[in-house]
Amino acid sequence: MLTILFDGVAYGMLLFVLAVGLCITLGLMNFINLAHGAFAMAGGYLTVVMMNRMGISFYWCLPAAFIFAAVLGVVLERTLYRRLYDKTHLDQVLFSIGLIFMATAAVDYAMGASQQIVNLPPELNGRVEILGANVGVYRLFVIAICGLLTIALQYVIARTRFGSRLRASVDDGRVARGLGIDVTGIFALTFAVGSGLAGLGGALGASILSMDPSFPLKYMIYFLIVISVGGASTITGPFFASILLGVADVAGKYFIPAVGGFIIYTIMVAVLIFRPQGLFTRSAKR
Amino acid sequence: MLRRHLLLGFAGLAAMSAAAPVAAQETVKVGLIATLTGPQAASGRQKVAGAKLYMALNGNMVAGKKIELIIKDDTGVADITRRHAQELIVNDKVAAISGFSLTPLALAVAPVITQAKIPAIIMTAGTSIITERSPYFVRVSFTLPQQSVPIAEWIAKNGAKTAVSLVSDYGPGIDAQDAFKMRFEEKGGKVLEQLKAPLANPEFSAFLQRAKDLKPDALFLFVPAPTAGSLMKQVIDRGLIEANIKVVGTGDITDDDQLNGIGDSVLGLVTSHFYSAAHDSPMNKKFVEEFKKANPGMRPNFIGVGGYDGMHAFYQALEKTKGDTDGTKLVEAMKGMSFESPRGMLTIDPATRDVVQDVYIRKVEKKDGELYNIEFDVVKQVKDPIHK
Amino acid sequence: MSAIDAKPPAEAAAPPAASGAPAVSPAARLLAGSRWRWYEFAFWGLALGSYFVFPNKLMLISEILILGLLALSIDLTLGYAGLVTLGQGAFFGVGAYAAGLAAKYGAGAGPWSDPLLGLVIAAGAAGLVGFVTSFLVLRGSDLTRLMVTLGVALIVEEIVTQAKSVTGGSDGLQGVMSSNVLGMWSFDLYGKTAFWYVLIVTFVCFWFCRRLVNSPFGLSLLAIKGNPLRARAIGMPVNARLVAIYTISAAIAGLAGGLLTQTTQFASPDMVAFHRSADSLLILIFGGSGHLYGGLIGAVAFRIMQDFIGNITPQYWLFWVGLVLVLLVLFVRNGIVGLMANGWRRLTQKSHEGKNP
Repeated sequence: MLTILFDGVAYGMLLFVLAVGLCITLGLMNFINLAHGAFAMAGGYLTVVMMNRMGISFYWCLPAAFIFAAVLGVVLERTLYRRLYDKTHLDQVLFSIGLIFMATAAVDYAMGASQQIVNLPPELNGRVEILGANVGVYRLFVIAICGLLTIALQYVIARTRFGSRLRASVDDGRVARGLGIDVTGIFALTFAVGSGLAGLGGALGASILSMDPSFPLKYMIYFLIVISVGGASTITGPFFASILLGVADVAGKYFIPAVGGFIIYTIMVAVLIFRPQGLFTRSAKR
Repeated sequence: MLRRHLLLGFAGLAAMSAAAPVAAQETVKVGLIATLTGPQAASGRQKVAGAKLYMALNGNMVAGKKIELIIKDDTGVADITRRHAQELIVNDKVAAISGFSLTPLALAVAPVITQAKIPAIIMTAGTSIITERSPYFVRVSFTLPQQSVPIAEWIAKNGAKTAVSLVSDYGPGIDAQDAFKMRFEEKGGKVLEQLKAPLANPEFSAFLQRAKDLKPDALFLFVPAPTAGSLMKQVIDRGLIEANIKVVGTGDITDDDQLNGIGDSVLGLVTSHFYSAAHDSPMNKKFVEEFKKANPGMRPNFIGVGGYDGMHAFYQALEKTKGDTDGTKLVEAMKGMSFESPRGMLTIDPATRDVVQDVYIRKVEKKDGELYNIEFDVVKQVKDPIHK
Repeated sequence: MSAIDAKPPAEAAAPPAASGAPAVSPAARLLAGSRWRWYEFAFWGLALGSYFVFPNKLMLISEILILGLLALSIDLTLGYAGLVTLGQGAFFGVGAYAAGLAAKYGAGAGPWSDPLLGLVIAAGAAGLVGFVTSFLVLRGSDLTRLMVTLGVALIVEEIVTQAKSVTGGSDGLQGVMSSNVLGMWSFDLYGKTAFWYVLIVTFVCFWFCRRLVNSPFGLSLLAIKGNPLRARAIGMPVNARLVAIYTISAAIAGLAGGLLTQTTQFASPDMVAFHRSADSLLILIFGGSGHLYGGLIGAVAFRIMQDFIGNITPQYWLFWVGLVLVLLVLFVRNGIVGLMANGWRRLTQKSHEGKNP
């Protein structure tokens, strides 16, 4: 029982790290970047290449994946995404789906269509007993990393100067700009961090979720579920939503395997019927 | 070149207006409908590589006719498979179509091939019923019951009293779990629960945990090969093997193409299947060698062999009919056909048009620094146990 | 200053999007909108002519028309009522299975397997599901709507895969045999009957949609799309209108699904799948929404592009399609229809542009 809870939390945490960047871009810039999963895929594939082809340690892959995806994010933001901020949501959807298609085919071309498998360092394999529950070491590791990241993110947003500028830009971009805040720079930096987190999530998830070229499309739905249930524009909302969905998904599959697959969708629809703004929004102003 | 196209065009127009059977032609075309994009893309690659390899090794002239392979991507969507089949038959005047990575894709073409009287050679899809849906289906791949029954027997013989099965929730998965249960319970065992994971499911942890908590003697697994890697990772990660649960399955879960990526943790895993890249025969050695040469970074798996044998079956049938491309005659020629394939001997059952072949019990072992499924036992000439 | 003040009030009041005439009454506007134009004749003429020009691509053309019809149904909700939906595949699938089941139980001969009756059943079933679920999309933001409709579609898909005894589960519904169209034409292997059948049904649906959007009802939808609050304030029954258009759109999507089942003789869960919803929305945006023609033109362009590139590189066509989408968004407004309208405008260099809203 506790094992299930634990697995669910680990899964949810992973979802959160993967999706948080999308929440920020959506909440901050009101920009629907469906290609967010492509950044996660970039991180995941970088890990695969570094570990399996170059034999570099898994621990180095994590920061590398973050930086790689972040750089990729900032380059794309400056060259392409920037030009779409003032376009309609539908244009943004079309654009980012186009990017997904390109990323999928490019990865397929470079790495082949089959699933990539990452072999973790031996100390992360195996299982331990905690509080009477038998849990995988790697899941513990994922929870620890994601937990630390969440705390760090929350700290940056709530306590630092950058965080307050960011919040100001979200709340009212025009006024923030008028106060001399470099909104454009903040956007670019945030976009980079969001993409980087996705890349990190991809690296962490490479051994749990399967890495293949269809990754961005396959997980797009999950990201959107997290955001719509959690509500964009904060990070605590998506955080709790991820955990909730992770636990519900795993527990559903465990206890009622016959229908477990779609419990997550039912929850989403139910939540959205009763709370169209999402479960954890600060206010219903949007 | 241009003239040939024009001629074909005229032939096409003539056939269109009169709906007449295909006239004799210099080139014989074969359609290969594979899934080359999307989650099942890896299987399409193998199939195309296998079919191309056969043509590269055996030339493209049969009974005085030039064979041309036309490859189409159906993206794994059934109505596109059907449209390609129809267009291949009507426009390209193919003598046969082949491919089909998933059962629904094969079933979708059943009405077309029956109406057009064109043989369809199944190179992958493995649900029993497919060949019953049209008299023009011929299968050179395998059926899931055919693969599952031997392992059920083996595991019962090796002391398992209880078992749990975990399969992907679609036709072949259901076939596999039912065949496994049937034979395992015939042998005095008991299947505690039959778990089904959604086909598009990336996360098996909950299902595996449930299987573990049921404490069976054995766990039987089947998922389509492209997802096998992540399933096996999670099986290992979940510690089912340490919990003294004997993990077995059909060969899909230790797919030759991915086995090395899964890593040493699957050493010793026992599966049943009709093909292993390590199958010990001169023919297979050559096949594996040539396959790797033509496709760097890939190792042939059962899907690649399916593509290879599918072409072989067609070549032989055309040889038998002396170049006559009439669909009914081709199917007749394929019925009862028996030949050596890289997998071993293979026969097309004249009654069901389904494949009859040896099924091997194999264990994952390390050979020359690579992981292989090493065959150590064999059940000779297994027929699909579900067909009447 | 005074010059601006002196402007006649009528001109100031005229909505900027309306055609060049100084003051347009709603009735005149509707009349102007409902007049058939040369390019519309050209479009349907081309569709008709494709039978003779591409006699060996009839199946592809039928598939394109069906896809276009599905995109057209989304255009009704998105382009005219401003409701975003990512779940149109649900209605498409319900229609597909409804028509398939009807034909299956008729077994190719009985009254139930009559294709036209099948279409009515398909549209009815999908319309019913649409009506029931329409209440879910009345509230919330675009994103919420997107996800609710997507959720509904995913749940419908799950039901289809689980209800094996009825739908055949993941193997799909087999043995769908429609009887001859009007008792005369059977569905042949070359897709001739299918082509005419699909073309005529699509045209009838299109004609119906065209009438609909050029009616006072359609105008009220545009008002709601423009500003729901204001529409409500002037006494428009906003929710009832949205429910109505959503239901109609669902019924048309179901009809498209029915057409696909009848012409392909099977139904499978991927007719309900996510990619069906996503593709059709993509195609509509690709073609340009809010013109009725966007879906059809988008479907034509998208599928031809896919078929063309797919024949050159069956493995990597996705890349080039993606590139086209990206470039289209970067350099063109409002999809292909927008591109064409722009081109035409430049060509003619006339100031009274914007005949089509």
